[in-house]
Amino acid sequence: MILTLHKIYKPSLNLSSWVRILLKKITDIKELKLMANTIRQDIIKMLAEAKSGHTAGALGMADMFTGLFFNAMDLDPKNVDWEGRDYFVLSNGHICAVLYAAMANAGYFPREELMTFRKLGSRLQGHPHRKMLPGLETTSGPLGCGLSQAAGMAYAFKHDKKPNKVFCFLGDGELQEGNIWEGMMFAAKHKLDNLICAVDRNYIQIDGNTEDVMPLDPYDKKCQAFNWNTITIDGNDMKEIVETFKKAKENKGKPLMIIARTVACKGICDIEGDCGWHGKPPTPEEAVDMLKELQQTRKTLEAKK
Amino acid sequence: MNLNNLKGLNKELHLEFSDKRIPTRKGYGDMLVELGKTNKDIMVLCADLTESTQVHMFRDAYPKQFVEMGVAEQNLITIAGGLAHVGKIPFISSYAMFCPGRCWEQVRTIAGYNESNIKVIGAHSGISVGPDGATHQALEDIATMRVIPGMVVIVPVDYEQTRQATKAIAAHKGPCYMRFAREKTPVITTPKTPFEIGKAQLIKDGDDIALIGAGPFFYECLQAAMKLQEEGINALVLNLHTIKPIDKDAIVSAAKKCGCVVTVEEHQVMGGLGSAVAEVLGEHYPTPMRFIGIQDRYGESGPPDDLIKHFKCSTDDIIKAAEELMKRK
Repeated sequence: MILTLHKIYKPSLNLSSWVRILLKKITDIKELKLMANTIRQDIIKMLAEAKSGHTAGALGMADMFTGLFFNAMDLDPKNVDWEGRDYFVLSNGHICAVLYAAMANAGYFPREELMTFRKLGSRLQGHPHRKMLPGLETTSGPLGCGLSQAAGMAYAFKHDKKPNKVFCFLGDGELQEGNIWEGMMFAAKHKLDNLICAVDRNYIQIDGNTEDVMPLDPYDKKCQAFNWNTITIDGNDMKEIVETFKKAKENKGKPLMIIARTVACKGICDIEGDCGWHGKPPTPEEAVDMLKELQQTRKTLEAKK
Repeated sequence: MNLNNLKGLNKELHLEFSDKRIPTRKGYGDMLVELGKTNKDIMVLCADLTESTQVHMFRDAYPKQFVEMGVAEQNLITIAGGLAHVGKIPFISSYAMFCPGRCWEQVRTIAGYNESNIKVIGAHSGISVGPDGATHQALEDIATMRVIPGMVVIVPVDYEQTRQATKAIAAHKGPCYMRFAREKTPVITTPKTPFEIGKAQLIKDGDDIALIGAGPFFYECLQAAMKLQEEGINALVLNLHTIKPIDKDAIVSAAKKCGCVVTVEEHQVMGGLGSAVAEVLGEHYPTPMRFIGIQDRYGESGPPDDLIKHFKCSTDDIIKAAEELMKRK
């Protein structure tokens, strides 16, 4: 991990906190795509090793996590309690394989530990638990509760006149929870423009297509009616992701909902968009094929200028 | 009835029996205002029940530390989760039926499992809520809160004890639940009465029958003890203000002295204070017991005093249970 001294934050009496060693941001789109590929490979290995877990959302959101962790957020993985950090809340905790893979690659913990995912004694619980893994901002899994927790943090930062941003990733199925809409009203009332949410709009949930199960569209208009800013993007286009997060950090006046159109299982051609993979891991044989495909994608990517 | 004539009263508790009656919830509101003077991390959140839960005084004194949540209990606890994560001490107030009643899973995951420093305050618990009826009479909250690992559960006995308990849970790092009833409650403790989370108060010593209770119904225990005293029965009376962590020593000691125990609570007898006492005694000192409380049914509308008799939780019901139980010794 390459670390760099690049930001001075809030001088205090403790000299060591004058200068933070922050995670180096990757600005090159090709490098970011390569990181997303690494994360996808890690996800496949983790799920195959665990013999359980959630494949579709984790693969689909790999580009968004890469853009967020390696380009957008100010983080210090070696000092997770650094007060100046950007905060990240994963609301749909079941896709945590992608969160753990992003965190390991960012240097929060050794990559080898990824293979302990979902096993007895592991810090990488099946759904993330804050008290077990330093760097997690909350515990999640029961759906629909992340947005409000992120809003609570954003409210406290506004209250204390602190500059921190709070990012929150959501699944689209969990938008059916009432708690989400309660949180949206709260964030809008308090004009929490330091709250940046992004929904994984892949249109799948366990029982099928979101629009069949319980329609959410026109979701952007619903957000706007709740007094939120919205941006709809291709959540698998790295350039668009990076540009969107850059704009998001300048968001003013209202909370922001990024509607990230993603493809479930993105990166594995045969299963892209298949809701059957929501909560299913690859078998060892499937994992071998998937890793081959991802390695081929990597070679093609590396060959490009 | 002059409770000052009770024999075996614990002088170290500096109790005073008078006609003074104040709702316990006012002790919460008053202490929050005191705490807010110096503790700027305290934030009070309320779901459209500001005056009922007595946090209007805090709102007026420190408007920047008060957050009106509207009618949204799931949001009440989840916003508090975010606030607690960045160093605030959120006190969230609603009727017990709605918080923690409606948002139990969020309380379990975000306050409990997440070990967040959130104080959940349930007002208007028990049948003494009266005319509003069963929909508003929380009778299950002690059970649903005490099964959450790490959750402190407190049922203060009166106004003064609520003040002290509010101060204690503010200082305690971790999730806490505190419940109140609606009605004015006789004040028996004083500012000199010590209060410690997890330390039950032996109000009156005795050796014939142990009466263990908490909250506003506790006064019925004292009245029962007085009447039993007139019959020549010497009751021990224990104020179990903290249901969790439970004071095992005090409970076992009371059972050893008396050989039988009556528990009294404004709650379902399944899973509440009585069950908690039975869990302790079943394991450490099996003792015959009777459970005064709501017997696996819902509350209903009516004047509080009539409801207490209707649901067989009155002084006379305690006496009857005690007399029957003593025959089994």
